[in-house]
Amino acid sequence: MGARKASAGKAEEVELARRLGAGDLTAFDRFVESFRSRLFQYSLMVCGHHEDAEEVSQEALLKVFENFGQLRDPESVRAWVFRIARNACLMKRRKSVFAPVQELSLDELMPAPGQAGGERKIEIADWSGLPETEVLRGELRQALADAIGGLPDIYRSVLMLRDVEELSTGETAGILEVSEDVVKTRLHRARLAVRRSLDAYLRGTAN
Amino acid sequence: MTSPPSAHDKENCREIFAGLSAYLDAELTPEARRELEEHLCDCPPCMAFLESLRRTVDLCRGFQSDAEPSPLKPEERERLLAACMKTLAARRGV
Repeated sequence: MGARKASAGKAEEVELARRLGAGDLTAFDRFVESFRSRLFQYSLMVCGHHEDAEEVSQEALLKVFENFGQLRDPESVRAWVFRIARNACLMKRRKSVFAPVQELSLDELMPAPGQAGGERKIEIADWSGLPETEVLRGELRQALADAIGGLPDIYRSVLMLRDVEELSTGETAGILEVSEDVVKTRLHRARLAVRRSLDAYLRGTAN
Repeated sequence: MTSPPSAHDKENCREIFAGLSAYLDAELTPEARRELEEHLCDCPPCMAFLESLRRTVDLCRGFQSDAEPSPLKPEERERLLAACMKTLAARRGV
């Protein structure tokens, strides 16, 4: 589902950060265009409200520029920007930080075995019809958005950074201030939960 | 960890399920990877499940919803640019 309309790839982001850091303001608009789109999408999925996402992504970008001198390594610009975004989201979140943490158990996420000809087998929808690349049908895109949006906060945060923004386990752990093992555990359960939602969607469309 | 052909067993496969993301992310030890692949060869349901998980991860990469941010207003751009210029000037000691 890869290419974003306005966002740069990692290599271009690094180059833009390097140029900006060297005082080259011709990189400014492209940097803004690229990260504004990313930050909006991230904030929308994490905060859950369009208005909040607009505000948070703008606030995060402002903080990025106010603190640009603190970016030591342009190679890590994406992780650095999302650390700022994560903090902006935390400040904005309407949900109480004291809300109980919802855990996903591995057993719940395992597919239930069914029976086929007397043999136990797990039931999996037919995934072969899914588009291979970028362009997802509108309904499927919405199903994926719903699946990610429906994850408990602690899992959604990890999946957004690791799989959607493609940050490393170490970068994600640093941003979320948890251990790498916690990132791995939460990422796996988040993927399983999204997979389960998509599987249910595919079964529904097949009927 | 190996299982008879086509015999999907919840107890036998639980360990496989627990390691599938680590497998996709190439984070398993060579020994664990070999054991998992042996199981997958003999367990079509787990293989199908792994493929659906792999597709899930592929779909998540670069995912963006249909929602778009509003166009950047000129005054917002000016505010960002001013912050950027101020920071860069401070860095140069201007």
